[in-house]
Amino acid sequence: MAGPDRRFILHFDWTIFLLTLTLAGVGLISVVSASYAGPHRAIDPLVVRQLIWIAAGTLAMLITVFLDYRAFQTYAYPFYIMVVILLIVVLGMGHATGGSKRWINLGLFKLEPSELAKIAVVFVLVRYLREEPPKGGWRLRQMIIPFILLGIPAGLVLKQPDLGTGLTLILITVTLIFVSGLNWRTMAILAVAAMLAAPLSWHYLKPYQRQRLVTFINPQADPLGSGYHIIQSEIAIGAGGSFGKGFLNGTQARLNFLPEQHTDFIFAVFAEEFGLAGSLILLALYASLIARGAWIARHARDRFGALLAIGVTAIVFWQVAINIGMATGMLPVVGITLPLVSYGGSSLIAMMAAIGILISINTRRFLF
Amino acid sequence: MAKFHSSRNNQPVPKLDPRIAALTALMLAVFGFVGIRLYYLQVLHHADAIELADRNRIRIRRVPAPRGLVFDRNHRPLVDTKPSFDAMFVPEDSDNLSETIEKLAKYTGTDYAAERIAAAEEEGRPPYEPVKVAERLDWPQVVALEAHQLELPGVSLEITPGRHYLYGQMAAHLLGYVGEVTKNDLIQKASYHMGDEIGKFGLERVWEGFLRGDAGGQEIEVDAVGRRLRVLKEIPDKPGESVVLTIDLNLQQAAEQAMAGKNGAFVAIDPNNGDVLAMVSHPAFDPDVFSGSIKASAWHELITDPNHPLQNRVTQGIYPPGSTFKIVDALAGLEEATLTPGTAYHCPGGLWFGGRIYHCWRHQGHGTVALHDAIVRSCDVYFYNVGQKLGVDRIAKWANQLGLGIKSGIELDNVKPGMIPSAAWKQKRYHERWYPAETLSVAIGQGYVATTPLQMAQVAAQVANGGTRYRPQFVKFVEGLDGGIAKAYPPIIENQIKIEPEALEVLKSAMADVVNGPGGTAHKAHLDDVTVCGKTGTAQVVGGNAPVGESEGGDDKTPDKYKDHAWFIAFAPKEHAQIAVACIIEHGGHGGSVSAPIVHDVMQRFFQLYPPKPQPEIARVLEQSAPPE
Repeated sequence: MAGPDRRFILHFDWTIFLLTLTLAGVGLISVVSASYAGPHRAIDPLVVRQLIWIAAGTLAMLITVFLDYRAFQTYAYPFYIMVVILLIVVLGMGHATGGSKRWINLGLFKLEPSELAKIAVVFVLVRYLREEPPKGGWRLRQMIIPFILLGIPAGLVLKQPDLGTGLTLILITVTLIFVSGLNWRTMAILAVAAMLAAPLSWHYLKPYQRQRLVTFINPQADPLGSGYHIIQSEIAIGAGGSFGKGFLNGTQARLNFLPEQHTDFIFAVFAEEFGLAGSLILLALYASLIARGAWIARHARDRFGALLAIGVTAIVFWQVAINIGMATGMLPVVGITLPLVSYGGSSLIAMMAAIGILISINTRRFLF
Repeated sequence: MAKFHSSRNNQPVPKLDPRIAALTALMLAVFGFVGIRLYYLQVLHHADAIELADRNRIRIRRVPAPRGLVFDRNHRPLVDTKPSFDAMFVPEDSDNLSETIEKLAKYTGTDYAAERIAAAEEEGRPPYEPVKVAERLDWPQVVALEAHQLELPGVSLEITPGRHYLYGQMAAHLLGYVGEVTKNDLIQKASYHMGDEIGKFGLERVWEGFLRGDAGGQEIEVDAVGRRLRVLKEIPDKPGESVVLTIDLNLQQAAEQAMAGKNGAFVAIDPNNGDVLAMVSHPAFDPDVFSGSIKASAWHELITDPNHPLQNRVTQGIYPPGSTFKIVDALAGLEEATLTPGTAYHCPGGLWFGGRIYHCWRHQGHGTVALHDAIVRSCDVYFYNVGQKLGVDRIAKWANQLGLGIKSGIELDNVKPGMIPSAAWKQKRYHERWYPAETLSVAIGQGYVATTPLQMAQVAAQVANGGTRYRPQFVKFVEGLDGGIAKAYPPIIENQIKIEPEALEVLKSAMADVVNGPGGTAHKAHLDDVTVCGKTGTAQVVGGNAPVGESEGGDDKTPDKYKDHAWFIAFAPKEHAQIAVACIIEHGGHGGSVSAPIVHDVMQRFFQLYPPKPQPEIARVLEQSAPPE
C-alpha cells in the first residue's frame, strides 16, 4: 500500500492543527495555574490527566482527519441515536456532581454525553440541510424536522440540567439553519416567536437558574450567593491588568474564590496571570480558528462539507462567546466550557475530533 | 500541479457565501465586544479590581499588644500580663456540633459555648473564623482540653496576653480594671476592634493611651471560605508603655492591712509634691474579675452590693468632715484676724444661740479654753464662736483656698468636689437666706459640709507644708519602651496661701498635742521617734438628737449603720513633714479610737521605709562640716 496521497499531505491544514495544539497548550498551562497549590506541592493529578487528554484528543483529531467526512452522512443518524441513548442513560444512572447528572462513569474515564450531543446534532442537521433549499429559502414547514432533531437531545440536556450545553445546541441549530438558507420571512416569524416564548421559558427554569438571570442584571444583589461567580471572576480578570500577574502568580482564581476555576472559569485564571495582552492573544487564536473554519466552509467541495464546517465552527464560536461573555460579566452564568482550554476529557476529545473534521473537509476539497 | 483547480475557480457553494460572510462578520463583531469588555476590566477597572482582590485574599489577624506594666515608686511590678488561654472553636470542623459543645462544657466547666457560637453566627461570622468559646482557662482546664484534643475537633487554644493584678484587690480603685470594649467604645474609638481590651476604670482607663500599645498582627492569605493558607506578613506589635506610680508597695500593703475588714478610705500623700503614697478604699473588688468578659452574675453582685465596692471612697466618697474641719476654722480665723492664739471662749457644755442650745460633745464642758486647747480637746463651743465671728462666707473662702468644695485635680474617674456652703450658694440652691445658726453646724464640719478623704489629706498636707496645695498625683512617670521617661509628671501647685508662721506654729503644735499631749484625742497615733500631728473627727451620719461634734466613748448600743464615721487626718514629722494622711472608717464610731490606730500603723511602716530626714538646718550644718574633697 502506498503512503497517503501526496496531495493529502500537501493540503493538510497546518494552520488549524497548530492553532488547536496552541490552544490546548494554553489550556494546559491554565490548568497548571488553576490547580497550583504552592511551590512545594506536587503537580496536581489534574494536570497529568489534562495532558493525557490532549494526547488522546490529538489522536482523535488525526483519526477524523483521515476519515472521509462524507462518511458522516451515512453515520449521522446512528451516531445521533447512540448519543440520545447515552443522554437517556445519563439521566437514569449518571454520576451526579453538583446537583446535576452529566457523566457516565466508564471507570477509566467519565464520559459526558452532552459534549458528543453537540457533534451529533451538527451531523444530523447538516445531513438534513445538505439538500438545496427551495427557492426563497427554507420555510417553516421544512424546519419541523430540524427542530425535532434539536429538541430531543436539547430537552435531555436541559433536564440534567445543563443550561449551557442546551443553549449551545440551540444556537448551533439557529446558526446552521440561517447559513443553510432560511427564508427571511420565516426567520422573522421565528424571531418573534422566540421573543414571545422567552417569558414562557422563565416558567420552566429552575429557581437557581432564574436567580442567575436576576443576578446577572444586578450581581451585587446577592454577592455571596449567585452573584458571587460574576463578581469574583471580574475581580480576577481585572486584577490581571494589562500584562497580567505572570504565570502562577495569580491568586484570585486559584484561591478557590472562583468555583469551577479549572473548567467553566478557566478564562479568569488565564486572564489574571496573562492580562489583557494574553487575553487578546487568546481571543485572536480563537478568532483565527473561527475565521479559518469559515474559510473552509466557503471553500468546501460540497454543501454537506460547507455546512459541516459551519457547524463545527459554530460550536467553537458559541462556546467561546458564552464562556468568555460569562466570565467577563457580559452574560449570565451558565455552565459551559472554553473549547480546548477548559479542563475535561470529554469536551477536549470531542472538540479536537470536531476540528479534525474541519481539517478533513479542507484537505479533501480537491480530492473528488 | 496543473490538474488542480485554483481555489478561485473552485467555489462549490456560492449560495452560502453571503450568509457565511455575514456570520463571520457577526462572530468577529462579538469578539470585538469581548475585547472592549476586557479592556474595560483589565485596564480601566484594574486598580479597583486589585484593591478588591487584596481585600478578598488577605485577612488581617490582629494580635493585641501586651498592655504596659504598672510599677510602684520603687519599680516593683503591681500589674503585669500573663498568658491567658482561650479556647477557640471552628464549628465547621466539627461533625457533631452539639456533642463537641457538650464535651467542651465538660472539660472547661463553662457552659456558654453554644451561646457564643449562636451570637457569632448572628453577627455573620465567616466560615472557618474561630469563635472564642471559653477564656482565661486555668491550668487544669488547659490540660483537660489538650488531653482530649481528639474528642474536640475544631477546638484549639489561643494564647493572648491577659491583664494580671499581682496583689489582687490591693489598690483596686487606683489601678482600676480593664474589660472588653463595648459597642459604644467601638463607635467612639476607631482603633479598637471587637474583643479588644480597654481600660475601664482608674489608672487603666485614664492612662489607656500609654498602657495600650499598638496591636500587631498577621496578614494571612485566605481562600474563598476564609480558610487560612499562609502567613504573608507578620506585623510586630508594640507593647504598651509602663507606668511608674508614686505608690509605695510596702506602704500600700501596710495600709490595706490596717484597713482590713473595715469599710472606709485611707490616703497618704507626700505634702512636698502631692504624690499619692498609698490609697485604699474598702471594700474593694478583684480587678481580675473584669478581664476578658465579666460573668453577668459577678457583675451583678458587684453593682448591687450595698457596700458599693466599686466606689473609690478616697475621691468619690463624700462625708461631713466633722471636727477635722476645725483646722480650717482655726486657719481662717487666724488669717482673717478674727482669732488670735490667745483668744479664749468659755465652754459650759453648750452654746445658747437663736433660742436653742448647741451642745458641745463634752456635756460637762471644757471650761475656758484658748485656741491650742480647743483644737487638742476638740471643743465644739469654741469653734461655734470662731465660726460665728467669721461668718459662713469667710469659712467657705478659706475652705476653698484649702481645696475643699472643689475637685482635687487627681486624674481618676468621677472625682467628687464635695460641698462647702456659702450664703450665695444657699440663695441659689434653696432661694433662701443663710441663717447664722447654720454657720454653727458648718464650723464643726456638719450640715451642708461634705468633703472627700483626699481633700482632707490635702488640708493636712497644707498645714504641714505651710500652705502649698499640690495637685494629688499618683503617676510618677510613664516609662517608654526604651526604658527612658516618656512622660514625667512634675508636681503641680494648685494653690498657695501665705500662712503666718505664728499661726502655722499654733496649728502644728496643737495638732501635735492631739496625738501626744495630755487631753489629746488621738493618742493611738503616737509614734516614738516621730512627732505625729493630727486631728480627729466624727462625722454624724444621722441627724436628730445625737450630740454633734466629737463624742467621747461612743455608744456601743447604736446599730452599726447609725454609728458615726470616724475621721483622722494627720501629718508627720511635725517639722518638714514627709507624709500627710486622711483616714475615715464608716460607722467606725470616733476617730481617735478607730482611725488613729490605722494611721499609726501606716505611719510606723512609712518611717521604717523612709526614716525621717534631718531638718534642713541640721542638714545644712552637716553639709558645711563635711570635709572638703
